[in-house]
Amino acid sequence: MISIKDVEHVALLARLSLTGDEKQVYGKQLSDILENVRKLQDLNTEGVPPTAHVLDLQNVFREDRAGEHMPVDQVLGNAPDRQGNFFKVPKII
Amino acid sequence: MAQYEAVIGLEVHVELKTDTKIFCHSSTEFGADPNQHVCPVCLGLPGVLPVVNKKVVEYAIKAGLALNCRIAPFSKFDRKNYYYPDLPKNYQISQYDLPIAEHGCLEINVHGAGKRVGITRLHMEEDAGKLVHQGTISSTPFSLVDYNRTGVPLIEIVSEPDMRSADEAVAYLEKLKAIIQYTGVSDCKMQEGSLRCDANISVRPAGQAELGTKTEIKNMNSFKALHKAVNYEIARQIKLLESGGKVVQETRTWDEARGETLSMRSKEEAHDYRYFPDPDLPPLVIDRAWVEAIKAGLPELPDARRQRLVTAYGLPEYDAMVLTSSRELADYYEECVQIYNNPKLVSNWVMGELARMMNAGGQDIQEVRISPAQLARLLQLLDEGTISGRIARTVLEEMYNTGKDAGKVIEEQGLVQISDTGLIEKVVDEVIAANPKSVEDYRAGKEKAIAFLVGQVMKSTRGKANPGLVNELLKGKLNK
Repeated sequence: MISIKDVEHVALLARLSLTGDEKQVYGKQLSDILENVRKLQDLNTEGVPPTAHVLDLQNVFREDRAGEHMPVDQVLGNAPDRQGNFFKVPKII
Repeated sequence: MAQYEAVIGLEVHVELKTDTKIFCHSSTEFGADPNQHVCPVCLGLPGVLPVVNKKVVEYAIKAGLALNCRIAPFSKFDRKNYYYPDLPKNYQISQYDLPIAEHGCLEINVHGAGKRVGITRLHMEEDAGKLVHQGTISSTPFSLVDYNRTGVPLIEIVSEPDMRSADEAVAYLEKLKAIIQYTGVSDCKMQEGSLRCDANISVRPAGQAELGTKTEIKNMNSFKALHKAVNYEIARQIKLLESGGKVVQETRTWDEARGETLSMRSKEEAHDYRYFPDPDLPPLVIDRAWVEAIKAGLPELPDARRQRLVTAYGLPEYDAMVLTSSRELADYYEECVQIYNNPKLVSNWVMGELARMMNAGGQDIQEVRISPAQLARLLQLLDEGTISGRIARTVLEEMYNTGKDAGKVIEEQGLVQISDTGLIEKVVDEVIAANPKSVEDYRAGKEKAIAFLVGQVMKSTRGKANPGLVNELLKGKLNK
């Protein structure tokens, strides 16, 4: 069971500010999700090797060759604000 | 007062010298205008797919081998989650529990004592962007963000907490830098940020096995800064404990101007990075044959080269250590010796006069305008007696500034050594006549007085008189 304290911790890490009610709702939802995932623990995984990836792929490489860059106006197209060719954001120290 | 022992470990980030970024085809070139070298992948736009640059993996393996690491047969990338404007995706792709290389070591030598420093791990990750602040960081309300550096390939090399002093920490970093430079996977320029170092430092009463609480020090941009910051932090922690206080585990930044470490905003719960395997990137299965091929392509590394310089040229251990501190310097030295086979003389000049001018001008050997062949020729002229040691220094200085040949400088400035006995004798007579006091002193047994007289002869010949001849002639006349 996810405690309110856990919810507050995760919210802080995700930079979310939640109301008291929301903490209750998300706490319940997160608990349900974890409980669902926990069911995997009931499976017998004897003899199943640990997996790091769901697809049967490995060593997908690209060569070290340069390609096109994005035009800078497009790069900054979604920026909330810009100064010259920089993204401009509130200072976070 | 109790004796304390410092325990130091270093985390070093090295930018790899690839043409493109680790997961996309954007350029890694340094110094471009802001946000020019970006694409949808390194900007973290929705729906993009990162693909690993093969050269990054090759370079990481190469560095790992050079640091005596075990290369993992199976390795993967993970997401390290934190929210900060320098990271457009809100996670950094790094490696967590299965790094590409582990269990390495390197040898350092401090004040003649050899020591082995363990390397815990070496992993690949992407660099973050750069925040620029206008005016002072405390007064400006904005951060300006440049994502050119986002996605530039890095290797992070974590040492064991095996170092016990600032000197050892510096020796470790110097050795690490030399080894990485030798492999050619990075140029390791601290001033451009392609080599960056953080230090974990704690102190404990001597003899105590348990480690003290550590702090992490960031923002040391030179070897000198590392040395000063480590010493400052050790002293700060000891003072704290002595006065009955406790060291708080935190990240501190080195303030070069103030000469002290300052507590950074405690990166609140920053250590909760919630790593998980990156589903966009399939794992790496490292073929043994690939590792062997990379190993076979490794150049001679600093320790081996140092040993060879000692045995092949009969150089003192110290000379060999200094000359092999960078691959380029060692190349320069050896090229010079190939042309003019007088290893110790060449070593003296490279480590002495040449190094002095390089230090004064803040230049690397690659930037020096005197070619090894030109230096060899100068030293030949010195050896043959065409010029004196003092003149050779003057000539070298001119060569350093202009790139001209030694012969040309000597001719232009009329610096050929005077070995004409008659001419020198004339000057010697003048000097003896003009300095009766010194002559008297010498004859009364003050041997040192002759140095002054030699100096006077050299002065009036503008340094061109053959010093051996001057000595000989002076002594001959004075001892009569």
